[in-house]
Amino acid sequence: MDSTKPPAEVSKNKPPGPGRLFFAFFRIGLTSFGGGLVAYLRDELVTNRGWMTPDEFLAALEIGQTLPGLNSVNVAIIAGRKIAGPVGAVSAAMGLIIPGVILLFVLGALYMRFKSNPDIAAGLAGIAAAAVGLLLQVTLKIGAKQLLNPLDLFFVILTFVLVGIFHVSLLAVLFLVAPVAVLLRRPPKPAQTS
Amino acid sequence: MHDLVKLLNVFCLLSLLAVGGGSAVLPQMQHETVTENQWVTPNEFATIYSLGQMAPGPNMSMVALIGFKAAGGLGALIVLLAFYIPSSLFTYVASHIWDSFKDNPWRDAVQRGMAPVTIGLMLAGVYAVGKTASINPEHSLHHNAITVVIGLVVVGILFWKRINPALLILAGGVLGWFLLKGV
Repeated sequence: MDSTKPPAEVSKNKPPGPGRLFFAFFRIGLTSFGGGLVAYLRDELVTNRGWMTPDEFLAALEIGQTLPGLNSVNVAIIAGRKIAGPVGAVSAAMGLIIPGVILLFVLGALYMRFKSNPDIAAGLAGIAAAAVGLLLQVTLKIGAKQLLNPLDLFFVILTFVLVGIFHVSLLAVLFLVAPVAVLLRRPPKPAQTS
Repeated sequence: MHDLVKLLNVFCLLSLLAVGGGSAVLPQMQHETVTENQWVTPNEFATIYSLGQMAPGPNMSMVALIGFKAAGGLGALIVLLAFYIPSSLFTYVASHIWDSFKDNPWRDAVQRGMAPVTIGLMLAGVYAVGKTASINPEHSLHHNAITVVIGLVVVGILFWKRINPALLILAGGVLGWFLLKGV
């Protein structure tokens, strides 16, 4: 029912300092098992805390997805900056990243310690197999539109073959293939009115 | 020392090339860290990637473990900073000037043109990890059949209903524990 509230009501929430920002993102970084981080971020920043309006969040996400880097980290940088300036951006990103890194070191240490155990090795092989399925599903889901459009599909396959099979440098692909793909989608010439 | 500089170079570049998210640089990352520099074996790369999928937070933080394997604690720190700082700095600056591009018609063209490239890169990422974790010529046919089926079942379940992927990955581990030992 919150959607009926005017935006003024939302922005009534006092903007937090970098410390509170850090702990809010730390909580997300600690509890966001299973990916889908952007949804966790939206729940926390827009719904629970009211630090951003839905539109502000959407704008941040749009920028974060377009620019290089992880979408979730980019959104944290933009949201942190909007809420508490440069220090806010740093604390948001660090809060988001640090808990997972600590846990990964625990997992990594266990892996190094037990990887020669045949039971553990078999379990890890199953985990890796499932992770491939997860990545494939995410790719198919967000790429459904591109995989069904002939022109887009051509660029999907071209990129896949160049990078995946022939190991052409990603830099080269981004400078050679991407501009062509963008040019083919160039905006129509503006009408001759002005 | 040489390794630290190399790690810094490789991951700074990957950071800025990660258009459309971290999965896009997975094939290039595998090529650089496994084939070119031999910091990790193909198996370790696939396992480290899957550990990243299990941990909370950004899944690409798993790069820290590659850095650790290559050059210890300092390697992990350098890789994390190299992978996150360049793109974050870029985003920080660009989000300042974003509004002036907001209504530029080319922005839509860039997004629509880049989308299939990103999907192609992600598929190459599936292939890069999959040729170790799913269809591996060094494993028996029996082993490969089980890993492929686990992957496809995960795809099917995720299309069928919303379920926390971390649970599916754990389930894959349990299945592997029982089915993949010694095959």
